[in-house]
Amino acid sequence: MTYAKRFDGRKFDEIRPMEAKVGIIKRATGSAMFKMGNTIAIAAVYGPRDVFPSFLQNPSRGLLRCHYDMMSFSVTERKRPGPTRRSNEISKVTESSLFPVVELNKFGNTGFDIYVNILQADAGTRTAGINAAALALADAGAPMKDLVCSVAVGKVGDKICVDLTKEEEDYKDGATDLPIAILPRSGKVTLLQMDGKMTQKEIKEALEMGKKAIQSIKKLQVKALKDKYKEAGK
Amino acid sequence: MSKSYVEVLADKDARIDGRKFDEVRKPIKIELGVSNKAEGSAKVTWGETEVFVGVKMAVGTPYPDSPEDGVLITGAELSPMADPEFLSGPPGPEAIELARVVDRGIRESGMIDTKKLCIKKGELVWTIFLDIYPLNNDGNLIDAASLAAVAALKSAVFPKLDGDKILYGEFTKTKVPLNVIPVTCTVVNIGGKSMVDPVLEEEKNFDARINVAVSEKGDVHAMQKGGNVGLDIDQVDEMIGLAVKKSAEIRKVLK
Repeated sequence: MTYAKRFDGRKFDEIRPMEAKVGIIKRATGSAMFKMGNTIAIAAVYGPRDVFPSFLQNPSRGLLRCHYDMMSFSVTERKRPGPTRRSNEISKVTESSLFPVVELNKFGNTGFDIYVNILQADAGTRTAGINAAALALADAGAPMKDLVCSVAVGKVGDKICVDLTKEEEDYKDGATDLPIAILPRSGKVTLLQMDGKMTQKEIKEALEMGKKAIQSIKKLQVKALKDKYKEAGK
Repeated sequence: MSKSYVEVLADKDARIDGRKFDEVRKPIKIELGVSNKAEGSAKVTWGETEVFVGVKMAVGTPYPDSPEDGVLITGAELSPMADPEFLSGPPGPEAIELARVVDRGIRESGMIDTKKLCIKKGELVWTIFLDIYPLNNDGNLIDAASLAAVAALKSAVFPKLDGDKILYGEFTKTKVPLNVIPVTCTVVNIGGKSMVDPVLEEEKNFDARINVAVSEKGDVHAMQKGGNVGLDIDQVDEMIGLAVKKSAEIRKVLK
């Protein structure tokens, strides 16, 4: 069986409608909301601030810690609140995807804490979370070499697709999920995970598709950051 | 011990944000349906305090002492996202108190018609999970979360049921059966002065606090005193009176 037409009618290389907003949490140093289709991620950054426990302090480099979680009602069957093995792993890969862009060497002994929470889930929560977290870091004024843009690519049935929905992930003839994060200026890949089955050739094709797709994410991120100052200038 | 700034202000009959003692922050906004996987959800913006509450429903066995009643389980996650002083990890005493005070307002007022949540007596009843997630803490999470919880419950619908299994992701149009609608109002006492709706700075420095859950008729259904200073009975009476009066005003945003 061939997956001729996407469930939501998108082109195979088309990302879902996106929305982004920065400065949504007043108490945080920086914050952002990033929506991809029906997936909504919220991120807050606190820092640079003192690091506890203090043995984690590093005089030559600041610490970057990420905490990903989902609200209990963000999914169809209630998720028990609190961290799980899945969320801990996502926290770790999110951290690694953001780490290369933040100039942490300027923040000895201190650290940035990034909190990502999913309000509504329809696949791609880690990628929406990374997009929100990168925006929140920029909103916090953390010196960054680049933004971080993330999207899932993959294969649904026999077709290479970008930004899979939950319905596509559950496709009856099999689906492969390959979430990636790319730094838009350097083109470096900072998140790469995969579940499913694809050939090396297909993976290359999917990655190239993802690289193209992230340009629209970057554009939206830049717009969201500028919009905040437009509003402030009013 | 030196007086806190909010107490110095209270002596001059003033508050840190310029409000009167009996003035609730404005505007209070309720947004419904903020999370589409939840059976009901609401976001309340109360001054700069913002809270999400979601309703998830499940089926399960009833408690042996109430075989015909549905079950309500309320939780709160004080994510460090909402306040730099909130810590990661399992819910601490503050989160547990928040969840329990919100829960008691709903439970003791008889808001939910739990008898109508019975599917098969002694075997199968609906369980309602109410989860509270603050987004930004600028004080008085209890009132904001209580309002969001009530709004989320008012908008909640049952998921589809097939025998004893829920067809997750499919909703009916049947609303959760409700009776009384409680509204919680918090009054704090700072330097002998009673004031409603504390902002964070007042919450950190109050002598005592009373949360009062009030029905539309003005009956009190649940209370909780907080803070490490004792109150005279006359002070308690004054604070409850203020809470009952102000709860009627807060109730208007639910309409």
